[in-house]
Amino acid sequence: MSKARANPFSSIAVHVALLTYTLIALFPVFVILINSFKTRKAIFRDPLALPDADTFTLIGYQTVMKQGDFFQYFQNSMIVTVATLFFVLLFGAMAAFALAEYRFKGNMIMGLYLALGIMIPIRIGTVAILEMMVSSGLVNTLWALILVYTAQGLPLAVFILSEFMRQVSDDLKNAGRIDGLSEYTIFFRLVLPLVRPAMATVAVFNMIPIWNDLWFPLILAPAEETKTLTLGSQVFIGQFVTDWNAVLSALSMAILPVMILYVIFSRQLIRGITSGAVK
Amino acid sequence: MTALKLSNVCKSFGAVEVLKDINLTVEEGEFVVFVGPSGCGKSTLLRVISGLEEASSGDVEISGNLVNDVPPAKRGIAMVFQSYALYPHLTVHDNMALALKQARMPKDKIATRVAEASRMLSMNDYLDRRPSELSGGQRQRVAIGRAVVREPDLFLFDEPLSNLDAALRMNTRLEIARLHRQLGTCMIYVTHDQVEAMTLADKIVVLRDGRVEQIGSPMEIYNNPANRFVAEFIGSPSMNFVPAELLDGAPGHYIGIRPEYARITKNGRLPGTVVHVEKLGGDTNILIDLGGGLTFTSREFGQYDSTIGDQISIDFNDSKGLAFDSQGQRV
Repeated sequence: MSKARANPFSSIAVHVALLTYTLIALFPVFVILINSFKTRKAIFRDPLALPDADTFTLIGYQTVMKQGDFFQYFQNSMIVTVATLFFVLLFGAMAAFALAEYRFKGNMIMGLYLALGIMIPIRIGTVAILEMMVSSGLVNTLWALILVYTAQGLPLAVFILSEFMRQVSDDLKNAGRIDGLSEYTIFFRLVLPLVRPAMATVAVFNMIPIWNDLWFPLILAPAEETKTLTLGSQVFIGQFVTDWNAVLSALSMAILPVMILYVIFSRQLIRGITSGAVK
Repeated sequence: MTALKLSNVCKSFGAVEVLKDINLTVEEGEFVVFVGPSGCGKSTLLRVISGLEEASSGDVEISGNLVNDVPPAKRGIAMVFQSYALYPHLTVHDNMALALKQARMPKDKIATRVAEASRMLSMNDYLDRRPSELSGGQRQRVAIGRAVVREPDLFLFDEPLSNLDAALRMNTRLEIARLHRQLGTCMIYVTHDQVEAMTLADKIVVLRDGRVEQIGSPMEIYNNPANRFVAEFIGSPSMNFVPAELLDGAPGHYIGIRPEYARITKNGRLPGTVVHVEKLGGDTNILIDLGGGLTFTSREFGQYDSTIGDQISIDFNDSKGLAFDSQGQRV
């Protein structure tokens, strides 16, 4: 850091602001975690206390493991999220490349059409989607969820990525063409690595809502073998009785993978911007 | 044999005509420079030759083959870009070898060619580095090396020195000239810098608004410009234009005088006031107000003493004055 910017007060102020934000963001996670290790009575007596010798219990985790096939749900969520991200990034990037790179009639209109989905919530079409899935026999399969989430994620992906693809140097792509690379090689080997930070942004934006979604799993894939983690956790929440130990334990375990994925992608956000391709 | 032949090449983007009926023949081994102000279509013309842009009409022939429908990689050309355009994920060696690998050339042949090119450009110590670990000049050398290994029939340079600083520009210019002597391959070079054009070219093509204004050797263009635009564009400081009436010429015509042909004398035909003096050490540029909004630049050899406000007069040898009509054409 340069001398002029090393003012200790502004540095402290920045850290105070960041720490406050971190505390606010982490507090709910912290409460879920500590309470998942407490007895039911202790949860309601003092929700903010840490578990001690009297109140510590693993009953919630045991319930979760016994009731339902927790690992199956976990696996379903993982498959749906990862497959969706793969398709969104692949198709989104390809569409964005075509829009950004090639001059053709209706390029502009096509771009607007693809971005239209950002403005219209996909849940409005739930009934039509359900009918479609029923007639195509995809109800109660993970494919139903993957397809719907891919459709939901594509507009924003195309929108963000095409903006970034326009910034990739034309000279670089042309150098590839002169060296005899195919358009696919140019796309995969030259352009994609340069827009990796944008890809990571799109991945993070898409990942969290998909992982947390309850709506479409409940409607399109409520069968036992296709339940996602969020849907699976709902069995512990009843209209009259809620097994809070189990709910909190299930949530604690659900947080983990999404955090790991987030860490992977957020590192990509930082890396790879410094490449030295041009200038 | 002709290295490149353009016949009636036109290019338009929508309603905008960027290139208008370009005809050009380039012989084997020639160094041709396209020069012109920005927006004159010189880069577009290079792109049409390379195949990155398709001509709207007209024919492009490279080494006697019609290449209108041939993709860039199969035209026997290599191109060096202003922004280097190196592949960021590949090492210097792989950057140079990629095109050859793509053409499925045997490994040992690739190795010899890359070794030869890196020796020629003294890049041997950097072969394992990535572009991000190189300086600007080194990056441009890699870009040139990437073109050299392909052993093309035609080299295309798109303002290759514009991103380099002045000292490096001079060195790289010499290097390109040396490369041309060594390889003897035809090179097409686009620039807006007339020093590069004058020093490198066997043949200069001056372009304006998508049209060829003049084609000729550097000295031909300098001594015998076809029109006022070329006369003004080539040469620094640029040529002076004096209304012919002041010199007993035809009304409406202009006389063009290069700054170095003007001399300051006692009773010259053009009296005026010194308004600015630029002392460059080697020579001195004196700006003289001739009245009526007309400023004349005179270039005196050596360190010439002159003060702003001095009343002086200039004269020149009539054989060095070029006459232009009111349309800017040579008379």
